[in-house]
Amino acid sequence: MTQTTMDRAAKATPVRVARRIRGLSDRAIAWIFVAPTIFLLLAINIFPLIWTIRLSFTNYKANRAGREIKEIGLRNYERILTDSDIWLNMQATAHFLVWTIVLQVLIGFTLAWLINRKFKGNDLWTTIIVLPMMLSPAVVGNFWKFLYQPQIGLFNYIVAFFTGREPSSFEMLGSVELAPWAIVIVDTWMWTPFVMLICLAGLRSIPDYIYEAAEIDRASPIRQFFTITIPMVLPFLMLAVLFRGIENFKMFDLVVQLTGGGPGSTTELTSINLKREAFEKWRTGYASAYAIILFVTVFGLASIYVKALNRVKER
Amino acid sequence: MSAFSVTEPSKRAKGVAATLVIFYAIVTMIPLAWIFITGFKSPADAIAYPPKVVFQPTLEGYVNLFTTRTRQTQEFLDANPPENWAEEIVRQYDMVIVGPSKFGERFLNSVIIGFGSTFLSVFLGTLAAYAFSRFKIPLADDLLFFILSTRMMPPIAVAIPIFLMYRELGLSDTHLGMILLYTAVNISLAVWLLKGFIDEIPREYEEAALIDGYTRFQAFYKVVLPQAATGIASTAIFCLIFAWNEYAFAVLLTSATAQTAPPFIPTIIGIGGLDWPAVAAGATLFLLPVMIFTILLRRHLLRGITFGAVRK
Amino acid sequence: MKLKSLLAASALSVAAFASTNAAQAEELTLCWAAWDPANALVELSKEFEAQSGHKMNFEFVPWPNFADRMLNELNSGGKLCDLLIGDSQWIGGGAENGHYVKLNDFFDKEGISMDDFAPATVYAYSTWPKGTPNYYALPAMGDANGWFYRKDWFAREDIRAAYKEATGKELGEPKSQKELMEIAKFFQGREIDGKTVYGASIFTERGSEGITMGVTSALYPWGFKYENTPGKYDMEGAVNSPEAVEALEFYKELYQCCTPPGYTNSYMGESLDAFKSGQVAMAMNWFAFFPGLYADPNTGGDKIDFFVNPPQNQAGSTLGGQGISVVSYSDKQDAALEYIKWFAQPSVQAKWWELGGYSAHNSVLNDPGFKDSQPFAGDFLEAMAGVQDFWQEPAYAELLLAMQKRVHDYVVADQGTAKEALDKLIEDWTEVFEDEGKL
Repeated sequence: MTQTTMDRAAKATPVRVARRIRGLSDRAIAWIFVAPTIFLLLAINIFPLIWTIRLSFTNYKANRAGREIKEIGLRNYERILTDSDIWLNMQATAHFLVWTIVLQVLIGFTLAWLINRKFKGNDLWTTIIVLPMMLSPAVVGNFWKFLYQPQIGLFNYIVAFFTGREPSSFEMLGSVELAPWAIVIVDTWMWTPFVMLICLAGLRSIPDYIYEAAEIDRASPIRQFFTITIPMVLPFLMLAVLFRGIENFKMFDLVVQLTGGGPGSTTELTSINLKREAFEKWRTGYASAYAIILFVTVFGLASIYVKALNRVKER
Repeated sequence: MSAFSVTEPSKRAKGVAATLVIFYAIVTMIPLAWIFITGFKSPADAIAYPPKVVFQPTLEGYVNLFTTRTRQTQEFLDANPPENWAEEIVRQYDMVIVGPSKFGERFLNSVIIGFGSTFLSVFLGTLAAYAFSRFKIPLADDLLFFILSTRMMPPIAVAIPIFLMYRELGLSDTHLGMILLYTAVNISLAVWLLKGFIDEIPREYEEAALIDGYTRFQAFYKVVLPQAATGIASTAIFCLIFAWNEYAFAVLLTSATAQTAPPFIPTIIGIGGLDWPAVAAGATLFLLPVMIFTILLRRHLLRGITFGAVRK
Repeated sequence: MKLKSLLAASALSVAAFASTNAAQAEELTLCWAAWDPANALVELSKEFEAQSGHKMNFEFVPWPNFADRMLNELNSGGKLCDLLIGDSQWIGGGAENGHYVKLNDFFDKEGISMDDFAPATVYAYSTWPKGTPNYYALPAMGDANGWFYRKDWFAREDIRAAYKEATGKELGEPKSQKELMEIAKFFQGREIDGKTVYGASIFTERGSEGITMGVTSALYPWGFKYENTPGKYDMEGAVNSPEAVEALEFYKELYQCCTPPGYTNSYMGESLDAFKSGQVAMAMNWFAFFPGLYADPNTGGDKIDFFVNPPQNQAGSTLGGQGISVVSYSDKQDAALEYIKWFAQPSVQAKWWELGGYSAHNSVLNDPGFKDSQPFAGDFLEAMAGVQDFWQEPAYAELLLAMQKRVHDYVVADQGTAKEALDKLIEDWTEVFEDEGKL
């Protein structure tokens, strides 16, 4: 297709000569350099993906060696999409996704905006704030379970201290009303710094002269905020939301450690549900169809979102 | 109202901002501080209510983390006086240390798999990133996006076929299997980050080297690599942190030989119920290296977490 | 296909090589759950190591992850475990999927007779299909779900008087499920020695099997049946019988009225914690923990006593316990079988019981001194006489997870009615059996 000068030059030079001049041709080097990566991804990502698609049309169970594998067409897909329990899992995931993003954007942006006041030592405090997001969600989530214990847990005790309620009168992980919020709180604690960092980059990318011009025009601080700060940071913010959205759609480790999906199935996010189907019930074919549905969903949503993001960037 | 300015905040604005940010930073550190101090509590203090902030520190949690213990008869205990401080701690419960726990092994697995996959993904990633940065590759954009899209799959979904494949190939619960898998996951990050870093190195350097008679490969090796060293180092740390923290694949695909620390730490239990100080001790030791790396990395943090999309 | 045969060929050559060295010392790995009896088994196995020259390694996995880890290991054809003390419900899958070595020939050759073991344990831990003389395990550890309580509190005059005033009865070990709840209600929220205490800690865990094991401890005494006619999978009217509904409602009420705060996802470890920290008057747990509980310096000894899961319409306890199997993927099957042969000896079984393991061997159980050898020994015999187990079908995991969901949704998450939960459970189970081609 697009032939570059380099390619043409490489073609024009007889191979042996080229090798003498430069060792290997650029083209060969390019392919040698890229090939291992492509090969690895084909072997560990694409081939398995195709295999998953293939399995999703069967009733295969990975724990039943002797069982006959039958082609059952779209039956798995039909079963999943008509299963009301799975829709409840989707709702739980949506609740988690929406609220973590809302809270993280609000708190993260506010923090970035404050840090951008450039007070003394802001670098140090930024580094401290960032720490939670770099840690292992499974290990940290497991420990939050301890913090959430009624009576002995620090979280309940602190809430009790400020509200005057009994620490053992509410159960963050055990009650149907509170558990969905318990996981939102921990995720927000962990990932707000992520949104904050990206917002901070956005704020710092705004050239000073724009504000200076606005000040000369006697634009009020509120006006400056809504006409300069917000629009300029928006592409960054949207990028942060994209990353958080994808990550939280995949969410498994943190929540599985905190609630294991309970009480009942209140916090059973799709990944947790999928794990049960695939690796506890071993309904491999069914779980494969489930995985494909999730993949298509996240891929579809992300593509739409990226289009919107590009439109914002172009403005 | 003239006092307000975004570019030159007033002293008071700075003060208010600093107070709020510092308050948030302290609140956010409480859970981590709590992990740290719980590691030095006795099991009884750890589950006391109201929670104890002041307590007699003990290394019990760390002893329990690294040892397996068993209850013994009074005669046995009387006949065998404790030999060291760790034994003495255990004796309070009429127990003796019978051997090391699995924590050391699991931690070592984390190190082996973490460094192995980091080396591999940075090595392959550097090569690919250089190629993407310097040469015209047909469909480069699509390839790059394809590399990235592999990160969108929920790990559990990826794990289904990987499980089947590894079972056929005998890679289940092996270090090699986990290294390859983490490399495959990390390579997208490595390529994207490193491409950004290499893009920033002026092409003129290599071109000068080529004119000086270097081969393309020599130019890459002797000119580009040294220039990209910082970028490679920070990419490596990001890959390492991912592999270090990963849980879903580890819990599904490893068992006794290659299990890493994250699936293991939550299962540290003493006799009867969760032994929170031991869990906290394990968590402390496990989280500390990452915290140190985070502080070292702080200048490149943003770039790493956004796959190079935001560079400042 | 080529790869497979290559692998098989190399495995064969390894096996051939191994068998020429059969007399030599092997390193065997035994897999089990990480709990008190496992430590006792390590102690016991030292004798085997000394006698045979083989070295024993152990892989003990905490209960909440035990099934996940081990079934995953078996399903991936892993060689980690040479010997596996697997849960009773795994026997169907272990046999049908070829994870376990069939032991009949070995038993015949070595003169090991299943008649020497308690019939309930042989039925539950060893046979597949159920009740047929096809053995895939040797009963290793008898177990059932039982109860223990604070004997010291039950003996206190002030508490006894208060109980009499409240209920008109004498405080003592409950004789029925409903009496158990009455006692639990009495203790719930009571101040004892300046500390608020609670009625009972029960199983409510969602992730593995916890709440099912707890709920069935109420269902069985009410007369719950899985099928109307055994082997027909006709569950309508059995699983959702009025008795089953009443039992499930009972369990929910017990959960709501009488458990300590925060015990919404609790299983063995949490139940022990609640008792040992002095929070509860009574607790349910497996007999396997009773030796450890009795030995506990704070709440053991004369502060604790034990009782069998109380009857309601009939006697009934939830079966626990495991058989020991040889994993078919192991390269060291001969040495593994040697271990089973050694373990089956009456003298070893007697020592097993002494160290805190629950032997299922008749020579131990029928010994005249057995009942008095431990304060819970008599209760153990009584419980084992009335045990029932969950489905042991190869699809047991699917059946179990369905029940975990339905009962947790009802009991802990407070959704729907008991009848609805059981109706949905029948739907789930029907679907599984249809997939299996059994319906």
